[in-house]
Amino acid sequence: MLAASRDFMANARAGLANENLQRALGRARTGFPLRRHLAVERLPEFEELREAGRSIKDHTLEYLDFYLEHYESNVVASGGKVHWAGTPAEACAAVLQVCRSVGAKVVTKGKSMVAEEVGLNDFLDANGINPVETDLGEYIIQLRHEPPSHIIAPAIHLVKEQVADTFRAEHRSLDPDRSLVEPRQMCDEARAVLRPRFLAADVGITGANFLVAETGSSIIVTNEGNGDLTQTLPRVHIVMASIEKVVPTLEDAATLLRLLARSATGQEFSSYTTISTGPRRPGDLDGPEQYHVVLLDNGRSALLGGDFQDMLRCIRCAACMNHCPVYSAVGGHAYGWVYPGPMGAVLTPSLIGVEQAGHLPNASTFCGRCESVCPVKIPLPKMMRHWREREYARKLSPPVYRTGLALWAWVARRPALYHALTGLASRVLGWAGGYRGRFRSLPLANGWTKARDMPAPEGRTFHRLWTERSR
Amino acid sequence: MSDARERILAGIRSSLGRGSVDADAKAQLRARVATHRRNQIPARAMVLDEAGRVDLFVAMAEEVQATVARVPSLASVPEAVAHYLATENLPAELVVAPDQNLDAVPWGVRPLLQIHRGRARAEDKASLTSCHAAIAETGTLMLMSGRHSPTTLNFLPDTHIVVVRRDQVVAAYEDGLDRLRANNAPGKLPRVVNFITGPSRTADIEQHIELGAHGPRRLHIVLVEEPEAMRSVEDDGQRGELAQ
Repeated sequence: MLAASRDFMANARAGLANENLQRALGRARTGFPLRRHLAVERLPEFEELREAGRSIKDHTLEYLDFYLEHYESNVVASGGKVHWAGTPAEACAAVLQVCRSVGAKVVTKGKSMVAEEVGLNDFLDANGINPVETDLGEYIIQLRHEPPSHIIAPAIHLVKEQVADTFRAEHRSLDPDRSLVEPRQMCDEARAVLRPRFLAADVGITGANFLVAETGSSIIVTNEGNGDLTQTLPRVHIVMASIEKVVPTLEDAATLLRLLARSATGQEFSSYTTISTGPRRPGDLDGPEQYHVVLLDNGRSALLGGDFQDMLRCIRCAACMNHCPVYSAVGGHAYGWVYPGPMGAVLTPSLIGVEQAGHLPNASTFCGRCESVCPVKIPLPKMMRHWREREYARKLSPPVYRTGLALWAWVARRPALYHALTGLASRVLGWAGGYRGRFRSLPLANGWTKARDMPAPEGRTFHRLWTERSR
Repeated sequence: MSDARERILAGIRSSLGRGSVDADAKAQLRARVATHRRNQIPARAMVLDEAGRVDLFVAMAEEVQATVARVPSLASVPEAVAHYLATENLPAELVVAPDQNLDAVPWGVRPLLQIHRGRARAEDKASLTSCHAAIAETGTLMLMSGRHSPTTLNFLPDTHIVVVRRDQVVAAYEDGLDRLRANNAPGKLPRVVNFITGPSRTADIEQHIELGAHGPRRLHIVLVEEPEAMRSVEDDGQRGELAQ
């Protein structure tokens, strides 16, 4: 997927002006945080589990090479195969090679952010293989030729009328006069349209929420059951996973699973959690004959040992974006690449470069909600600050910011001058604000005053007040 | 791609500022995996006695829109299943797992119920399976794939009925994992282990929760209170404890 992260400002403005998007986001703003809050309140041990989750992930990352090799040996022992991929191109090539080896024409897909990251659908399409997304949200956006706007609710930017229009335009063999008003009807329609695809597919591709070193298993967590149909019915199952998904044991996975659903949707547990280990066993009546894992690095190994290692703890629950005031205002497409919200603002520059995505870490008020809800305690604001520093150091931020910051820093390092200037400014502004006490517009500050009034200072600085009161 | 493998592993090691993990550390890591120690488990189900666990399982399953019928013995299963299908206005047809744990169900008492055994086909409307364990903590069923328990039964039909023996109800996922390991060769798992919590659902359109996205629209649990008829060898130890 081509990144449009550089255009964040323009994308965000478009998002704010998009009525359907604002209506759709309005529901998410309250729904997700409330449900998570209720689920966390019901589990007194939640904080301790977060700490346990963090330490499982930290331990695994510290010995990632060992656990990956251990994992691979167990995949092989259970009859599966691991394809290592350093880059998106290598990952796509591995998938294509498996698909071609069985003459695949139709491929069903469960939800996989790694597949989005490597641009798998376009690649398969270009090579004559038809990928069919089966998660309802992913299916809708595939029909609309849009990228996902959220990592667990990919069509969260749409209202039901848009979904209905899309279904009418794309499901042309159905009665054009059918009623398509309620989400229930659209769900049933998608179910009916996709069922024959599940049954006809030659290959099923899923992601993985966790890989288990102990057993060579992959774990998927879904609510729809599409991932299970995807991996059960075709002859071949391909798992796409990135290297940091591995955990040592099933018990470690159980701990992280307790955190995942609660943080994501506020569910106690998702409808389906599936542990898959190798292909169909002798005597089995169903299940795939081949089991492949495409294991993607794409820049992750380079994050180990540095400022951004903590990001590799991420279990992709989306709590950070669900609680982010910026995400909730502008939506996921504004971020311009696969991963939106706070986790995307940190991960995107790590994966596609600070030149492409260096601006994303500015899309934060540093309110800290993302870190406070993260199930594995990733210090997201701190890492966004690291990126801001790098963006500044590489002179990638706009000249007007840099000049402004340099000027402010020059003044701030000279306390006498600083006090004189701020004292003068607050007196002048206090006087100019007059009896109204606020400004409708201010030169140099119309970014603020366009949407709201600027309160006028009362004439004295905080320093002055402090000195007067401590006398 | 073995080239990529070496590059990735070398990249990990160089970022971590070390070479390959040394022999001592490797032995410790292998031991950590082999002992698969439990992490903290929420007290919710762990503190309950057997009756409390079963009640919690039922309450949690019902909370996520599974339905539960509690029956005295395996002999009552056909009656309960026929009643459920009739109440839901569903055809009296079932595909039943070719599972010896279900061999003792006396289907003959309901001759109008059409039963065939095997994997699910596209046209099957309702399936019936046993399970491996039932987890009280979240009302979750745990099923293993195998020649007697095909996975298609859990996902293809619109209605999935699961027979749970009372003594299969455990407190936490970890208890289910212990049973899983006890029933399989060391380090070996069945192809698939399914944890199922309520019927299929989606909230992908405007966050309306709709049941039956792609998997079953209905999940019905028949809880057999008296487990004698279905007792199988691996659970003798556990049952001995309960009898005391």
